[in-house]
Amino acid sequence: MAQHDVVMAGFGGQGLMAIGKLLAKAAMCEGRHVTWLPSYGPEMRGGTANCVVVVDDAPIGSPFVQHAQAALVMNRPSFDKFAPLLAPGGTIVVNGSLVDDLPVRSDVRVVRIAANDLAARAGSAKAANMAMLGAYLAHCPVVRHDTVRDHIAAAFAGKNSAVGEANVRAFEAGLAAATRAT
Amino acid sequence: MTEAVAFARTPVLTDSYMHYCPGCTHGTAHRLVAEVIDELGIQDRTVGVSPVGCAVLAYNYIDVDFLEAAHGRAPAAATGLRRTLPADRYVFAYQGDGDLASIGMAEILHAANRGEKITVVFINNAIYGMTGGQMAPTTLPGMRTTTSPQGRDSADSGHPIRVCELLDTLVAPVFLARGTLSSAKGVLKAKKLLRRAFELQHQGFTLVELLSTCPTGWGLTPGDSLAWLDRNMTPFFPIRTFREPGAMPPQADPYRPDLRVRDDGPTDEPEE
Amino acid sequence: MTGERQLFKGAEAIAEAAIRAGCRHFFGYPITPQNEIPEYMAKRMPEVGGTYLQAESELASIHMVFGGASTGARVMTSSSSPGLSLMAEGASYLVGAELPAVIVNIMRGGPGLGDIAPAQGDWAMMTRGWGHGDKRYLVLCPSTVQEAVELMAQAFDLAEKYRNPVVLLGDGLLGQMMEPVVFPEAIAVPDPPGWAARGKPKDRRRVIIRSLYLDPAQLETHVDGLFAKFAAMERDEPRAESWCCQDRPPVVVCAFGTVARIARTAIAQARAEGLPVGLWRPITAWPFAAPSLREVARHANRLLCIEMSKGQLVDDVRAVLGPDHAVAFWGRAGGVVPTVEDMLAQIRAQFAQA
Repeated sequence: MAQHDVVMAGFGGQGLMAIGKLLAKAAMCEGRHVTWLPSYGPEMRGGTANCVVVVDDAPIGSPFVQHAQAALVMNRPSFDKFAPLLAPGGTIVVNGSLVDDLPVRSDVRVVRIAANDLAARAGSAKAANMAMLGAYLAHCPVVRHDTVRDHIAAAFAGKNSAVGEANVRAFEAGLAAATRAT
Repeated sequence: MTEAVAFARTPVLTDSYMHYCPGCTHGTAHRLVAEVIDELGIQDRTVGVSPVGCAVLAYNYIDVDFLEAAHGRAPAAATGLRRTLPADRYVFAYQGDGDLASIGMAEILHAANRGEKITVVFINNAIYGMTGGQMAPTTLPGMRTTTSPQGRDSADSGHPIRVCELLDTLVAPVFLARGTLSSAKGVLKAKKLLRRAFELQHQGFTLVELLSTCPTGWGLTPGDSLAWLDRNMTPFFPIRTFREPGAMPPQADPYRPDLRVRDDGPTDEPEE
Repeated sequence: MTGERQLFKGAEAIAEAAIRAGCRHFFGYPITPQNEIPEYMAKRMPEVGGTYLQAESELASIHMVFGGASTGARVMTSSSSPGLSLMAEGASYLVGAELPAVIVNIMRGGPGLGDIAPAQGDWAMMTRGWGHGDKRYLVLCPSTVQEAVELMAQAFDLAEKYRNPVVLLGDGLLGQMMEPVVFPEAIAVPDPPGWAARGKPKDRRRVIIRSLYLDPAQLETHVDGLFAKFAAMERDEPRAESWCCQDRPPVVVCAFGTVARIARTAIAQARAEGLPVGLWRPITAWPFAAPSLREVARHANRLLCIEMSKGQLVDDVRAVLGPDHAVAFWGRAGGVVPTVEDMLAQIRAQFAQA
């Protein structure tokens, strides 16, 4: 499979870094080459944070992309920054709970899900990131859904199993909502 | 008539002429350190750190393994020794006043604050000797040096720093004492302080400050230097033991904060 | 190799690789973008019976390394560009006293406080001017997290082989990014060497670890001895990689570290456009792999140095190749990472000029 790259952006604390790592780990476990690159520094402290994940079958050159094939945006500043940068034909997954229904370029696919609402219904308001990851994977089959489910469960293993289950449910809800959205 | 040996060079001193000026007390301080190492039987377990300053060549005279540190960094180098050597080793740093209290102030404060299990021998002669008699952090108010030709103006260049008093505000040190090398009695007492410091070294940070002479830098004869030290330095730098194990001054009482935090803060994101 | 791929942040992988190489003593001071190295060490060193110590400054940490190296222990520190400026003094003393140590520099934007973004502006400092006096450091420049792990495993051996500090030179991208890595098996902590200062047994002379030689003739002899070691390094240690050079491309990009990996993507895209371009990547910043560079330059008449600086590697390339080669430079400063698109445009421009 050719190179796939995705940028994940939102407020610090929304869990973008974490779902980026989940995706990277899942890709690694499926034998792929992968890089995960965070934005770092003061912007991590409550501002906009993002990470870029690149997955490929061949060794990866740049871990950094200017025009990503996909973007997950969880807040308005991230939408404003990354929607114009998306590669033509790319996919943008928008958190409709926090980003108004704004016009988007016609040459990209837009997937809007109410990630915060889905997460709350799944049992954890903090799992909106998992819903976003699910919605993204519904349209960008970079890794198998089962691999991701296993890694979500593993990430919460030994912590709070109820929270872990809520995160898996939020992932499923995002997956389902995005499938309906097309 | 039989001859009795009244005085012999300790075997921990090498058989070489010291390069120090006539009347300088570095030689005395070296001998005391060497005698203490000999008496404690730790020559094979001791590593010294020499400073930048007149005593940089201390390793030519004291017969133990030695490092030569950069200016002011002897406590950091001694920390590196302490943290890598077996626990039964003895580590000492030998520093002058410019080295310790000016360029190396951060290193001495933090080594003391960490309670590094080392002994620092601090030679305070109120002047930079090796570079030719410039003002030191311990130069007395009004004292003339090559860089304070009108006498140290405390309003402009600060007051002399009392190192033992400063370190005595810290919690960690176990032994802090000031002695003087200006008299036979002072020398005998200084040796006791050094011995006590080495004995306590494995319990924590120990420092002995020794008021010393610099006849060349001061522009005085050796004899006058001793009198000058007693008359001028001792009133400002009182001879006493500041810290003994368990004897904590009020300002150094350990403070144990209440570390409870709100338990409704953000939870961890999933990691790894 | 243990064979298991693990997803690791570059900085943490460097730390783990050091521990597996038998390093049990880390002295450091926080600075972005390499804080994950001391943080990892603070967590891992107690687990392996080692020492993590947070120094009061980089001045102190490098001299703690000096003290630790004097006892023959495998010691290291890490920092980022401004911290390396502070360490310059201690590094010079390590060379002068012939002490092995490993120092990691995860470069950030400068000069001054600069920023915390990735940069490569310390090439000249690490290869030429780091600290006072005549001296050299062996400088290793990984391009991927896996390569950082492998070079870290060798860094301590090289430092001890030459009794000279070894620098691992990366940038903020390498420190912050995650990649799957395979770690080598951990080795046992080596016994201290005979020259170490650990206390003088009765039957040997005292060890004096020093860099002071007051007699100029003596100091010159000492420096000549150091330079004999540097000559051996220049003979035996230069490393570089040539990529996409088998078909003798007329244009070759010269880049190191993470810029080189970004350049791979640009080169692959240029080749897809039919532009035959290759990559020459120094793995050792010093000693500089001049023979390898001359080899690729035999068929390439245009070389393009791409750096995250205003041009430092390019000085070495020009010095080696002389006026017969067109050596162009393009770089971004201040922590701006050159993009694949920009690199591609620069490569196209080389062919337009050819």
